[in-house]
Amino acid sequence: MNCLWCDADIVPDTSWRNIILVSKPKNLCPSCTDQLTVLQGKRCVKCSRLSEKEMCPDCMHWERSLSQEDPLTWNYSVFSYNEAMKEMITRWKYRGDYCLGKAFEMEYRKAFKRNFSFLPKEAVAVPIPLSEERMHERGFNQSKMLASFLPLKRKDILTRIHGEKQSKKTRRQRVTAVNPFQMKGSINNPVILADDIYTTGTTLRHAATALKKHGCPAVYALTLIRG
Amino acid sequence: MDYTELSRRYAGKRLLRSEILIDDPLFEHLLNTYYFSPKPAIQKKWSHYQCQRCGNQKQSLFGEIPCCDCKRTHLYCRKCIETGRVMECLSLYEWAGPEPDWPSLPNACTWTGELTQSQQKAADRIIQAIQSREKELLTWAVCGSGKTEMLFPGITEALKIGKRICIATPRTDVVRELLPRLREAFSGVYIQGLYGGSLEKDGTAQLIIATTHQLLRFKHAFDVMIIDEVDAFPFTHDPTLSFAAVRAKKEVSTTIYLTATPRQEHQTRMAKQKLPHVFVPKRFHGHPLPVPAFRMSYALKKDLQKSYPPKAFFKWFASREISTRQLLIFVPTIKLAKRITEKLSAILTDHTMTAVHSTDHDREEKIRQFRNKQFQILVTTTILERGVTFPSVDVTVFDAGHPVFDEAALVQIAGRAGRSPEDPTGEVVFFHDGKTEAMVQAVRAIIKMNKRGGFR
Repeated sequence: MNCLWCDADIVPDTSWRNIILVSKPKNLCPSCTDQLTVLQGKRCVKCSRLSEKEMCPDCMHWERSLSQEDPLTWNYSVFSYNEAMKEMITRWKYRGDYCLGKAFEMEYRKAFKRNFSFLPKEAVAVPIPLSEERMHERGFNQSKMLASFLPLKRKDILTRIHGEKQSKKTRRQRVTAVNPFQMKGSINNPVILADDIYTTGTTLRHAATALKKHGCPAVYALTLIRG
Repeated sequence: MDYTELSRRYAGKRLLRSEILIDDPLFEHLLNTYYFSPKPAIQKKWSHYQCQRCGNQKQSLFGEIPCCDCKRTHLYCRKCIETGRVMECLSLYEWAGPEPDWPSLPNACTWTGELTQSQQKAADRIIQAIQSREKELLTWAVCGSGKTEMLFPGITEALKIGKRICIATPRTDVVRELLPRLREAFSGVYIQGLYGGSLEKDGTAQLIIATTHQLLRFKHAFDVMIIDEVDAFPFTHDPTLSFAAVRAKKEVSTTIYLTATPRQEHQTRMAKQKLPHVFVPKRFHGHPLPVPAFRMSYALKKDLQKSYPPKAFFKWFASREISTRQLLIFVPTIKLAKRITEKLSAILTDHTMTAVHSTDHDREEKIRQFRNKQFQILVTTTILERGVTFPSVDVTVFDAGHPVFDEAALVQIAGRAGRSPEDPTGEVVFFHDGKTEAMVQAVRAIIKMNKRGGFR
């Protein structure tokens, strides 16, 4: 097996553990794994940002400014957004290196098992969709790939109207943007939204609003990165 | 229809559809009239696949993607993905229309400087090689001999007989440094610089300076290919780059290699007289290369572990000959570069310093500031080992025994000192905790080159 990032050979160490329990082959070599930081320690219960307080100032603001209940129950993120992660995401998402996404599979699934085991069996994973134009440009949807890592049924129930890239917008533009999502049908299972990055939380909340309007009882989010 | 513009733009290239800026109806027409010919992007060769753009055959660098266009799961090349994704269901397009006519530009050179005798000898040899369409010529010129200037007569000659020229170099920094110098020396000629992030991307000029990665988009384009620093990383480590360089030149063409430290492979071929070469043993200011001194530092590993500079360094630093010279410090790793700068600036509080490395975004700016003497000390990884000139510096290497410092790297590093006629010497000190073969060979090579230059 070669490292998905640097293409170095990954030599699994020989130990009793490895001999007896055949371990899953790793997708990243140890030095590339080290470059990524898994979020650890106290974090905001709502948005997963590292924070000493129970809820970070941003989320307090969301709570106050939203007239009704927050559509998104909470978000959990796996990694922090450091330089190495930025480079990986650029190659994976924007250059379209599909396979690189598998590098995140183990951690993403682990985060699911640790934090979402309370969910009932009928819960479904819903990926944040790309607009048709963007899909054509990239050739794949990174959120769909993440959703497929989860041991849940996947439902591609959302569609998206083409607009400016989120990453090209300012914070203000993002927060005040109109909801680009539409539903293909109704849904009555709890939902985990899968996406690559939580920055302001606007995208996820737009998706959550659309889902809730169509009968969804609860919406959570599992994102790869807390931006 | 006017095909001259199109042929100028697309001849000698091998491009993805997305890189060809023609709207669909016209492109369809050109395809049907055989002005463009499609080639499969990934081909099966016996039992394995090969990317037809970068030549990649390593199976771990092919990925599978469920394609949303053709609705199949198929291969794509991960090796050259930074230059745009090559997919199995796509084609690469080559221009099959009329060849472009590159104009003959007599007396294009506006450079008025003069070459030294040994530079002139090499320049004449290069002209001869271009005129008689020799296949290869290696120019072995010591660090600081003025390689760029030596090329001017050859380029002038090539432009005169209407040839297309490419100067390929492995590093972006070098392209950025060469471009203004060439534009000044050939002020009437349109010259393009191609590198990741360059503004001009189309590669339509007669004279092009490019990083070797950019050559992936070319095929049979150049009459004269000048490969700078042919011994340098990543050229020697990455088969893609030599693949790209070979394919970018025409079938009948002249390749000129430039190097200060030829690799074993070239040395052997020169010794067997299989590779014609010309040797430039003297620096342009006529002084010999500075010979490195070794300084033993027993606790080197221990000191570096704590990110402290070796003890022997401070001893040397206090007693160096000309303390007004700026100082370049080479360290083996990026991490060490950052940490040692912090520690060192706390100790030498009356000196200003900074660190540069390959992942540093302000690299260009910092190098410029160092050149303007805004810093006295620059800590760097091997990225500054070649291609950069600072007029008056002393050079030290911490942990010269580290494997990243091979013979070529050490010779190049030593070559950073004494580059200007005003200050033609400079101290070069290797701090080590045990001599390595590379260190000994590097010093031996420098002494040998000095001898060939007529110095004792």
